[in-house]
Amino acid sequence: MPKKLVVIGNGMAAGRVLEELFERVPGAYEVTIFGAEPRVNYNRIMLSPVLSGEKTYEDILIHDEAWYEAHRITLHRGKPVVEIDRVAKRVIAADGTAAEYDQLIVATGSMPFVVPIPGAALPGVVTYRDLDDVEKMLVTAQGGGRAIVIGGGLLGLEAAAGLKAQGMEVTVLHLMPTLMERQLDPSAGYLLQKAFEDRGIAVRCKANTHAILGETHVTGVRLDDGTEIPADIVVMAVGIRPNVALAKAAGLDTNRGVLVGDDMRTSDPDIFSVGECVEHRGLCYGLVAPLYEMAKVVAAQLAGDETAAYTGSVTATKLKVTGIDLFSAGDFGEAKDRQDIVLRDAARGVYKRLVLKENRIVGAVLYGETGDGSWFFDLLRRETDVSELRDTLIFGQSYVGGAPLDPTAAVAALPDDAEICGCNGVCKGKIVQAINEKGLSTLSEVRAHTKASASCGTCTGLVEQVMTLTLGDKFAKSTVEPMCACTDLGHDDVRRLIRAAELKSIPAVMQELGWKTSCGCAKCRPALNYYLLCDWPEDYEDDGRSRFINERVHANIQKDGTYSVVPRMWGGLTNPRELRAIADVAEKYNIPTVKVTGGQRIDLLGVRKEDLPAVWADLNDAGMVSGHAYAKGLRTVKTCVGKEWCRFGTQDSTGLGVRIERFMWGSWTPAKVKMGVSGCPRNCSEATCKDVGVICVDSGYEIHFAGAAGIHIKGTQVLCKVAEEDECIEVIAALTQLYREQGHYLERMYKWADRVGVESIRAMVVDDLGKRRDLYERFVISQRNAQIDPWAERVAGRDAHEFRPMANFTLAEAAE
Amino acid sequence: MSEWIDVGTVDDVPLLGSRVVQAPSGDIAVFKAADGTLFALRDRCPHKGGPLSQGIVHGHSVTCPLHNWVISLASGEAQGADQGCAHRIPLRIEGSRILLAASALMARAA
Repeated sequence: MPKKLVVIGNGMAAGRVLEELFERVPGAYEVTIFGAEPRVNYNRIMLSPVLSGEKTYEDILIHDEAWYEAHRITLHRGKPVVEIDRVAKRVIAADGTAAEYDQLIVATGSMPFVVPIPGAALPGVVTYRDLDDVEKMLVTAQGGGRAIVIGGGLLGLEAAAGLKAQGMEVTVLHLMPTLMERQLDPSAGYLLQKAFEDRGIAVRCKANTHAILGETHVTGVRLDDGTEIPADIVVMAVGIRPNVALAKAAGLDTNRGVLVGDDMRTSDPDIFSVGECVEHRGLCYGLVAPLYEMAKVVAAQLAGDETAAYTGSVTATKLKVTGIDLFSAGDFGEAKDRQDIVLRDAARGVYKRLVLKENRIVGAVLYGETGDGSWFFDLLRRETDVSELRDTLIFGQSYVGGAPLDPTAAVAALPDDAEICGCNGVCKGKIVQAINEKGLSTLSEVRAHTKASASCGTCTGLVEQVMTLTLGDKFAKSTVEPMCACTDLGHDDVRRLIRAAELKSIPAVMQELGWKTSCGCAKCRPALNYYLLCDWPEDYEDDGRSRFINERVHANIQKDGTYSVVPRMWGGLTNPRELRAIADVAEKYNIPTVKVTGGQRIDLLGVRKEDLPAVWADLNDAGMVSGHAYAKGLRTVKTCVGKEWCRFGTQDSTGLGVRIERFMWGSWTPAKVKMGVSGCPRNCSEATCKDVGVICVDSGYEIHFAGAAGIHIKGTQVLCKVAEEDECIEVIAALTQLYREQGHYLERMYKWADRVGVESIRAMVVDDLGKRRDLYERFVISQRNAQIDPWAERVAGRDAHEFRPMANFTLAEAAE
Repeated sequence: MSEWIDVGTVDDVPLLGSRVVQAPSGDIAVFKAADGTLFALRDRCPHKGGPLSQGIVHGHSVTCPLHNWVISLASGEAQGADQGCAHRIPLRIEGSRILLAASALMARAA
């Protein structure tokens, strides 16, 4: 009979206990979990990348539904426990759900601390603790506006950077004189403040918030000195408090946290506690590494190993803000018996400080260059005598012993028990052993088997170096990510196999390549549809059901379910007749918004889906065709007026833009393609942040590519220079065709160029005239079937069902 | 009023696609999966109200066109880690006709 284990809390600590437990004694316990959040277990330390938009919720899941099912765990989510009945040995949730236990784990975590000032309860004041908080911030950030973050610690700064990345104006208010004063010395704190200010985030230190202002919603804050700062959202990130109320009510010994011994048992031997709610040897922890160390001990105890003990953790901190490298560990307070070694390189923005006590490192702060963080941390934890290394210590491990070593040498020199992954406490030896014993060869396998780099991921590079050392040439660093969960193949492999095996339909691909699902998913189907369309332009019939809605109905879906319609204006040129037709359409169909786009076209926003065919018919009648503003295809060619009007213009840039657009419209590409042609280097059409740009000069045409002005802003690179307009068009078509043939679906041109390398592109498109011709020819063939106006087709009746409801009962009801 | 309302024929709904039924209680999306099974849900994603009828149908699921939530056609529940339900509308096939529960059609949205 398995024993009954009940866990209160469904966070990272609890999840880790169960993982360790199932590994040690599978089936020994029948597990019931109560979680207050309505979700499965996710990686809370990755909330910041979710906020900044670098990751999604799916990316930070730790345990999916299948995991709970596989381990036969009863998961009560959204059910906070309100009582532990220690006599009857059962717990009771708010809704009355109860469960009996033999052993109980209290993993209630912590609660964000809210400063009790006037206005703290106003809507618009949020904490930064779980996905609901992130969701609230993202919703507010959609409207731009201003955000105030109270608290200049790790969490507050990550929140500030995330909100800034979402387009808000952000101010950080911090009570202390420098940021992150618990982890950083004032010098590093100053550099950090500068880095934030350089990103346009205002930082006010020594700022004490007096009140939060607003009637029905936050409008701003007032500081002690009377300053008022307006805000649409206020994030409180001033700290966390162990959540002990439940344990306390049950009569367990508590102080700041739930008191546990080295065996992680509370004052009731049948009840363990783990995570941020715990107080151990006088300390409460808010970082993940100690929680995982505790989890191991709880699991070992539950598995019957009574010698397992937790003896406390030394912690290191990293700031998870992209572009800011910061590492801190240990203690760097001033004291008589301590000595500092400091390295400042103002120009490079590098600051390193080691604090030594009796020739041992007791504190380390690294800013701007943190590669040696784990080495210093290792010396610190081991209390290694560094007197021999002292001369070159601050320069890091590469310099120890004289000449700089090659990059893997640093990792090669680490002892087997050196910690590589701080989050999960995985040492080098364990990784090497797992690779050798289990024959692992990819990063994801190593992650699955050892957990190394599976949490915050900042040690991914180190783990890869360990793999290189262990596997040598057998380890190819760039592990292939599968296209989606339906297959193990990556995009490149799928594309190669489609051509090699001449697969010409989606079912054929799925059948021949062993798809794991019956009809794919919303990720692979649009990709396969595109690949087939690109490779077999004359044979493959487009599958509308495998297209995103925008391409299925040839307009952009908006947040309210209406659509926007953009007619083509070749090269940005229009005339009174077209303008009149657009105005007439807007009036006739009550289109609420008419806007000029960044690509020099006119956008009609708020068109009802039923009206789309009629709107298109009217625009078609006036001679206009679809602008493909919805397409993973050629969008616009933006132009300036060139030599015809401009006193600086060197060539007919408008004419060239029109020619390119007329030649290339309708082509499908892996992601959207935007182009621009400028008549001179003044670049009025902003051609140098486009996928393809042309800068006209006196002697000809400079062709640029791989730029972007979207989520990432990238200037273009010069592909080549040509003398004639015809050659310019040939090169651009060949380049686009190469991108069409090599790009992964949804991969913008600049990402493709980064992946395959600019030189390889130049070799095919510029240097090898034969290859260029072939690419050009393939593009031309493809265009024969592509240049069909999708609007006209639908006006003529294609896909009519898309635009009509099947039935309408609203009028009948109104007549009742 | 009868308990079931005829909204159209099985062939009106394209395979791997959907059609909308406009009702006083709000739009209802009727889906047809690859295996021909028909489903009806409220045409609102529990996330931000996206029109599920406009999404890509795969297996017995649909992916919302606005933010890619995956919704089970059978239950209306969001899949994976997302939480929320689009609410299933009781559906019956009689011969080639599709019938939806009158109560779900006529009830005004709360």
